[in-house]
Amino acid sequence: MNPASQPAETKSIWKIIGASSLGTMIEWYDFYIFGSLAPVLATQFFPKTNPTAALLSTLATFAVGFIVRPFGALVFGRLGDIVGRKYTFLLTLVLMGGSTFAIGLVPSFATIGYWAPIIVLLLRLIQGLALGGEYGGAATYVAEHAPPERRGYFTSWIQTTATLGLFISLAVILATRHSLDSDPALSIQKFESWGWRIPFLVSIVLVGVSIYMRLKMHESPLFSSLKKEGKTSTNPLKESFGHKANLKMVLLALFGATMGQGVVWYTGQFYAQSFLENACKIDFDQSRTILIWAILFATPFFVVFGSWSDKVGRKWIMMTGMLLAIASYRPIYQVFVDKTDIAVLAKNADVVREKPVDLSGYIDSTHFLEKQTTRLVFPGGMSATEQISDTIVLMPGTKGFNRYPLFSQQLQQPVLSVSKTTTTYSHKTLPVATYWLFALLVFVQIVFVTMVYGPIAAFLVEMFPTKIRYTSMSLPYHIGNGVFGGLTPFIATLLTTIYTGDKLVGLYYPIIIAAVCLVIGVLYVSNKIDKDVTD
Amino acid sequence: MNSIKKYSGILWIILGPFAIYWLAQTALHEIAKKPLLDTKIQWGVFVFVFIPIAIGMMIFGWYALKGEYDHLPESSEEI
Repeated sequence: MNPASQPAETKSIWKIIGASSLGTMIEWYDFYIFGSLAPVLATQFFPKTNPTAALLSTLATFAVGFIVRPFGALVFGRLGDIVGRKYTFLLTLVLMGGSTFAIGLVPSFATIGYWAPIIVLLLRLIQGLALGGEYGGAATYVAEHAPPERRGYFTSWIQTTATLGLFISLAVILATRHSLDSDPALSIQKFESWGWRIPFLVSIVLVGVSIYMRLKMHESPLFSSLKKEGKTSTNPLKESFGHKANLKMVLLALFGATMGQGVVWYTGQFYAQSFLENACKIDFDQSRTILIWAILFATPFFVVFGSWSDKVGRKWIMMTGMLLAIASYRPIYQVFVDKTDIAVLAKNADVVREKPVDLSGYIDSTHFLEKQTTRLVFPGGMSATEQISDTIVLMPGTKGFNRYPLFSQQLQQPVLSVSKTTTTYSHKTLPVATYWLFALLVFVQIVFVTMVYGPIAAFLVEMFPTKIRYTSMSLPYHIGNGVFGGLTPFIATLLTTIYTGDKLVGLYYPIIIAAVCLVIGVLYVSNKIDKDVTD
Repeated sequence: MNSIKKYSGILWIILGPFAIYWLAQTALHEIAKKPLLDTKIQWGVFVFVFIPIAIGMMIFGWYALKGEYDHLPESSEEI
């Protein structure tokens, strides 16, 4: 082995891991604040005529951020295999930081009209491209410095960054939301008006620090050695995907590992939170702090499983994680549904109803909306907001008085028809025991994430040769994680609107994808650790 | 084990067109049900993204059927 390609000493590898991980974590932070703020961004950048359409538009933008990731993998992967790892993932960091900061500066739809969503969409595309180039570079860079017998352990630190980026994004959002005014309600109001920009703007400071650290890093020893010998690839895309011997490994990496890993990752960390907030209607803060606690306690397991994979191989840890996820998703989410079903809880307990607030009023000259909200408090500590509403169509052109029975409103026109009265429950606050039970169940899902994700960087690095490693491992990773995984909350939510009879129908998407991946992984993936990645 | 790997290749080959058919059917049905721009964009994105992946699955199946995965490369020399 060339001296230049000797793995770095253990002391310096921590510097390498620190600089690589910090930058990657900031990129994930930048990427996730957009997703975490989707409902707020919907009101800022998309027409308000239909809130659902606005939310879907934002989610679509979110999805665009994921769909372009494979293209970023191709563009920057190629660059990383030709120019080098260091400068490529420095460039991705600059692009990501710049576009995130710029999102925080875009005027709202109310100010500049359709330019607002168009600019946001373009910036989101840049974010997706940059992220597509980042991960493969960081994982390759660390792996090419790591000693062979501890490659899983050292690369698992890079694997913690996605989860920690999400953690920090949630923490910054919550902290900002509650610190803009001493009055909590006013603080939230300010956050939704302009405070949401702060998490985006803060990013520039973090990126600045990370750029400084990365500038001080050296090129990967294995890549430098190849470059010195003139053995770098001249056309990494052709060599990665045009040659059958490598293409078959790319396909195996995608269908036998990353596709299942992606859906497990996004179900445990994104769909769980989205489900608690949108399907179970749990209070904004609680649905996020549940995830924060779960992430906090589960994150060390990335390192545990990464390290363990150095001893027992990567394959079976990842496959076990997928199997456990497939088997337990429906029971876990059924608990979420059962424990937050207010209609059932109200039947079995003496509920205290606080003074109702009447929000009724005329929509226009012939439509009257009856709406009343009441805060319900249950003996165990659970509380929720009940909203009863219906729309009354009034007889046009006639005058007179009519008492409608629901809230005894005085209407000045006779009633023509009344829509079906609807009752909804929202802003549910969980009692302490249920709160921690939910945190435990999300924690369990994130442990599955650590099993499938902890060893995967080392697994991917070992599959491909140095000269086309960046390109070859980035594409399957970003199709698996970005496309299959990133679209999980979106597709799962969409399924619940198509098949309305089953609240858990959305889980069939991650379950089926993970099951196919599990079968392919068990059959075709090797458990052998490739000690020598210098070739 | 190698024969299971080979013959399950047929399954992966079939899975590709099946996924494309299901995706196209659902997309057309959903667009017809709610012919809004939003619906068309969403399903258009799904079709655009998942069809190449389904083709990739068919190629994977074909390689499996041809026995390409009977022996995985043990060093980069084999790639």
